Amino acid sequence: MANDSLLDRSRTIAGPGYNRWLVPPAALAIHLAIGQAYAFSVFNKPLGSLISGDVNNPAPDDWTPTQIGITFSIAIVLLGLSAAVFGKWLERVGPRKAMLASALCFGGGFLIASLGIHLHNIWLLYFGYGFVGGIGLGIGYISPVSTLIKWFPDRKGVATGMAIMGFGGGAMIGSPLANNLMNHFKDSAPQGVAPTFIVMGLIYLLFMQFGVWTIRVPADDWKPAGYVPSTEHNDMITTANVSADNAIKTPQFWLLWVVLLTNVTAGIGVLETASPLVQETFSDGAMGAGRGVTAAAAAGFVGLLSLFNLLGRFFWSSASDKLGRKVTYAIYFGLGILLYALVPTLGHGLQLTLFVVVACVIISMYGGGFATIPAYLSDMFGKYQVGAIHGRLLTAWSTAGVLGPLIVHTLHEHAQEQGLKGAAAYQNVFYTMAGVLVIGLLANLAVRPVKEEYYEKGPVTIEAGGH
Amino acid sequence: MSTPANPSSATPPAQEPAAVGGSAILAWLYVGIPLAWGVSQTFIKALALFK
Repeated sequence: MANDSLLDRSRTIAGPGYNRWLVPPAALAIHLAIGQAYAFSVFNKPLGSLISGDVNNPAPDDWTPTQIGITFSIAIVLLGLSAAVFGKWLERVGPRKAMLASALCFGGGFLIASLGIHLHNIWLLYFGYGFVGGIGLGIGYISPVSTLIKWFPDRKGVATGMAIMGFGGGAMIGSPLANNLMNHFKDSAPQGVAPTFIVMGLIYLLFMQFGVWTIRVPADDWKPAGYVPSTEHNDMITTANVSADNAIKTPQFWLLWVVLLTNVTAGIGVLETASPLVQETFSDGAMGAGRGVTAAAAAGFVGLLSLFNLLGRFFWSSASDKLGRKVTYAIYFGLGILLYALVPTLGHGLQLTLFVVVACVIISMYGGGFATIPAYLSDMFGKYQVGAIHGRLLTAWSTAGVLGPLIVHTLHEHAQEQGLKGAAAYQNVFYTMAGVLVIGLLANLAVRPVKEEYYEKGPVTIEAGGH
Repeated sequence: MSTPANPSSATPPAQEPAAVGGSAILAWLYVGIPLAWGVSQTFIKALALFK
């Protein structure tokens, strides 16, 4: 019987006295693992020199950077698609089964990919890391979100911020871990990549088990001790529930889709250009001999942005509990427009310190946008199927993952063809991204409470969520 | 613009169940140690920017 399964939702309902502060670490165990995806670029050069054995001198039959880059693109597209497709299933079966599926897909994806690397078959790499692993990413990303919102109705932003912060932190662990492992295995396999994939797959599969077996859902009538829902009326926080199927019929869903799309697209504009931007803008030629930004310093700049991406997820999402979601996004967009428009000026003026500070604030709001959206959705649609609604909204992320780099590369190449260099070669990228944020600002300002016709009639049960 | 979103009234800390017990501390260490390692590695790399 399904009810006998330890994975079944009914077996994960917390008993009296369960400490809800165990839930965020369970969520983090999933997000810290799958966040590795953002460190995939650490494999680019080793994967591109499996035959030649020399990262600086690839053989004609070695995989090209474009071929390798497709792996990450597939993974991100599958993240959005699987989050959208499996969201309702997750609501029905509960977080434990979903987390286990995520761990099996993500860890298994590494193992399949390692075979592809060993056989030098890129299709197997695409299938393993991109397709199977990407499904693990999508299911894993949304798996703890609705559970956290139910455990922390009084601190929704804090709770989801903690989990989604883990996705930012995952890359910080995945990158040095991969480098250390490839160095360790470099004599036993080409560039040490295939065994690194095996070990990382197993490590992540095991690491994620902590989340699988620690996660609990609250009983339907559970509330935090001393928690009294506010009786103060707030149009922007519904007490009703909207199903995932109804949510996508509302303008609010699509306005928030645009909000996420624009915030992520603009953020990618900075992340994609960070290293070349800082090196070309603050080169020796511009700053004076020996005073320009080196490749190592540029890598440090990228690292600093990663830190602020992580911190922003927690800071802004937590702040949104006090400020309100709509105000928080208005800050992302309003302040973002000013800062994006300021970046070229700081570049022309060779204001390196201010430039770094501005970039860090921009990236903190990029991360904050990811972390605040689940609470925004919960405010608008209720907690009934918020995980499934969040999953469907993540298609905006996949779209931004294609749109952002396309805008950046098209504008930058056009500027280079016109002979522009340094900050000038990037200024249209930043002005365009400021324009993208204007669209996001307008979409956010247009968000109004959901009409009653979309509400679920009568009481809702979680078990009914997937039917 | 919306009004502030905090839906709860003030929650006296004494009324919360033990917010951090032994198992919660271990759970946070399980995820906190690798995260701290990753952050430290990134921070060390970021220091190059200020040299």
